[in-house]
Amino acid sequence: MPDGAQPVLDVRDLKTVFRTRGGEVHAVNSVSFDLKPGELLGVVGESGSGKSVTMMSLIRLLPSPPADVRQGQVMFDGTDLLHCSEQVLRDIRGGKIGFIFQDPMTSLNPVFTVGFQIMEPLRRHLGMSKEKARVRAVELLDLVGIPDAKRRLKDYPHQFSGGMRQRVMIAIALACDPKVLIADEPTTALDVTIQAQILELVKDLRQKLGMAIVWITHDLGVVAGIADRVMVMYGGQVVEQAPVKELFRNPQHPYTRALLKTVPGVIGERPEKLNVIEGQPPILYAQPEDCSFRDRCPQAMARCATANPRRYDVGNGHDVACFWDPATGGERNA
Amino acid sequence: MLNYTIRRLIISIPVLLLISLIIFLLLNLAPGDPLANQPLTIPPEVRQKMKEALGLGAPLYVRYLLWLKQFFWVEPLHAFDWCFGTHFSVGMQRILSWQFRSPVFDVIVQRMPQTLTVVGMSYVIGVLIAVPIGIVSAYRQYSWFDQIGTFISMIGYSVPTFFTGVLLIVVFSVDLGWFPSIYNTNLKVVDWQTFLLQVRQMAMPVFVLALYNAAQISRFMRSSMLDNLQQDYVRTARAKGMGERTVLLTHVLRNSLIPVVTVIALGVPTIFGGAIITEQVFKVNGLGQLLITAIYASDVPMVQTLTFIFAVLIVVFNLVADILYGVLDPRIRYD
Repeated sequence: MPDGAQPVLDVRDLKTVFRTRGGEVHAVNSVSFDLKPGELLGVVGESGSGKSVTMMSLIRLLPSPPADVRQGQVMFDGTDLLHCSEQVLRDIRGGKIGFIFQDPMTSLNPVFTVGFQIMEPLRRHLGMSKEKARVRAVELLDLVGIPDAKRRLKDYPHQFSGGMRQRVMIAIALACDPKVLIADEPTTALDVTIQAQILELVKDLRQKLGMAIVWITHDLGVVAGIADRVMVMYGGQVVEQAPVKELFRNPQHPYTRALLKTVPGVIGERPEKLNVIEGQPPILYAQPEDCSFRDRCPQAMARCATANPRRYDVGNGHDVACFWDPATGGERNA
Repeated sequence: MLNYTIRRLIISIPVLLLISLIIFLLLNLAPGDPLANQPLTIPPEVRQKMKEALGLGAPLYVRYLLWLKQFFWVEPLHAFDWCFGTHFSVGMQRILSWQFRSPVFDVIVQRMPQTLTVVGMSYVIGVLIAVPIGIVSAYRQYSWFDQIGTFISMIGYSVPTFFTGVLLIVVFSVDLGWFPSIYNTNLKVVDWQTFLLQVRQMAMPVFVLALYNAAQISRFMRSSMLDNLQQDYVRTARAKGMGERTVLLTHVLRNSLIPVVTVIALGVPTIFGGAIITEQVFKVNGLGQLLITAIYASDVPMVQTLTFIFAVLIVVFNLVADILYGVLDPRIRYD
């Protein structure tokens, strides 16, 4: 990755709330990050940490109401995605930014052939004729490793297995050579061997096509295997962000450290009990004025209750939103 | 699919035979005397002779088999002769109505056009109104449009047609005098003037029935659309950059229509059944009205034949619904 390259996607201060009967839920709180060309950014965090909502917000795919993307700026290709017209946004969705979703079993339309669904974005964004689109669709299915692609274009989603459907989803996402691919837990619904195949496929495609990828997951093993950089999210905020090796070698945030501890080792004696992080992630009914991990944090101190830590730069492209400094074991002086 | 259709058609033969037997037994075991309308001065022995002349002297199973033969053999042959000018059915006894003393099917053919124009038209209009209303109500759930649509559906569905019908007659025929309250069967549409008259006399019964049909189907359409709008594939379609129009009218609609088409197909036999009450209210002498008068007159052959025709239509349209399901939903394959 050339350092300091112009980011292809630059998200600043993104805030999303959900209006519910119980009041507003602040799902994304001032999230900022960027994505360099060709980079693979892993986004990790437990369920409800705001990973998916962040990514859906920036392309305005959340149903509104109840979702409301309240503030922020998402620069892509010189366009602010949050403030451009629907028309401009639609040209970007599926054309320059591709998506893969979690559940391949339900993400494809059951009543249209796979061919139709792959050809749709090709005809929409690239203005291809039916014949041209069909040729390209066969190429795409070949690319994602579906055998006998030409014949399978006429098949319906239910005639494919889960892994194969996810390959079809990937083919759709890649149809128009996107600059950015957003993959929202694409392997969560698949069993481990298929998961490995899909990971290999994405690694491979990334080499071939050179797009930047945002990979949302809650599996640290997956992140370690494919990501260049990792962003850890908690309570709708980015709590830590670092290049992948740096993060695993030198985790700063107590949450990240706890997450790493929860991963069971394969080698050695089987532990009596799996490590867990006690407690539940918070549901935020207001902008947090304090650290939202405080209740579950072994290193919580007085200051955590009165202020929400900003992101401190700790060098090596690593930043962390925490007052606690693992180097000294005391409060961070900034 | 063809195999499946043929298999289903074969299975429906015993089903229909059983239905015909049940109808026959019910009608013949029910109390009622076809001669009850005749003067009481007729001596009992003459009365007995008249009964025998109607074929009531023969044992039950003979009468049933005779009816079967007439329904499945004589009447089709007669229809064939009528179409192609042949003479296969000459001399064969057709099913005779006791009250009209003429073949049951001739009367049905006379009554059919009124029912098909009024009730059929109302069904078509009902569906054509209901589908777009259902789509918009679901897409703009809880909007003003949806709220008003729900309210009108609720009224259309819960207020009986004999009430709306009479209300319309009072307001638009009696008070305002815009529409005739009695349907004139003798009106022949030959020019623009008579066409307008026909439209005017159809307006109220069609409106009453269309409101009822539309209320029902639009609710189905709405809930089916709502189910599908929340599906993941809708998000996928949006993520592909498809416009809302395509998302709604291609992706969601195609899926939502599957259950609705079934409901629509299953509702078609009710058209032929005629809207018994509405036909009474507006004096449309269609099939519904025919059935009612036949029941009053204990005209067993007529009731038997009409009821059985409805049964056939219900069986056939069940099959049609199943086949349509298979055509619309690729996950369902009949083989």
